[in-house]
Amino acid sequence: MIAIRPAEPVDLTAIAALDARLTGQAKAAYWQDMLARYAGGPPERHFLVAETAKGALAGFIAGEVRAWEFGQPPAGWVFAIQVDPKLRLKGTGSALFEALAARFKAQGVTRVRTLVDRKDHLILSFFRAQGMTAGPSLQLDKAL
Amino acid sequence: MKLQTATRLGLYAVLELARDPARTLSSADLAERFGVSTHHLAKVLRTLATAGLVHAERGASGGYRFTGNRRRLTLMDVVALFEPMPGHRAKEPGEDTDIGAALQRVLAEIDEIAEATLRSVSLETMLKQPM
Repeated sequence: MIAIRPAEPVDLTAIAALDARLTGQAKAAYWQDMLARYAGGPPERHFLVAETAKGALAGFIAGEVRAWEFGQPPAGWVFAIQVDPKLRLKGTGSALFEALAARFKAQGVTRVRTLVDRKDHLILSFFRAQGMTAGPSLQLDKAL
Repeated sequence: MKLQTATRLGLYAVLELARDPARTLSSADLAERFGVSTHHLAKVLRTLATAGLVHAERGASGGYRFTGNRRRLTLMDVVALFEPMPGHRAKEPGEDTDIGAALQRVLAEIDEIAEATLRSVSLETMLKQPM
């Protein structure tokens, strides 16, 4: 049984450890900053964690409502999502996504967006399974 | 994006059969459902059977049954049985010129986006919420 709740500063160690395990990059300072800005921050920012019945971290999601960036009307943006691989395919990611989407909706936005590496088919498939399709913008890039 | 007829038929057949893996449908059933020739579809179904996505049942109530994994199989897995893989096609005349190379970069970009899209949509996702 998974429970979703807002993240708290005390979650930092588990969040940073799960991310480091999944990405191979330790970035505790980044997650400390994210938690400071998103957990208990302005109401348009959200940082949620999923925990098991025993209180272990199962996953987390972070996002915020942003308005008029790149000329787009307000939309909820998902910035980060991670799920413990041992608990994947059990609905944890979907529960986190739905909880964040519900918060976005409660704030009056009607769209949820994210940005995904197009070679990362696992995360692309996850967002597709949530009903997401290609958005109205196309990301462009150039070497400097 | 234009898909060959065989690819489209392959996707139709796999998705229709994956809708209910316990059900067996004949190639005539499927052909009638999609308004296509049985002959053409039979060839496509043989390709799908060879790839292990469907199983051919013999006998009077024979036909095809889905045997793949709906959550794991993506549209790309089916498309790849019938189409050349994006970015894996024969060299065209003029590609070695600067204009040809510039055009190739644009076409490769389109291929990469098409591949990412096809690889990200599982049969389960398609059947849960047809887009």
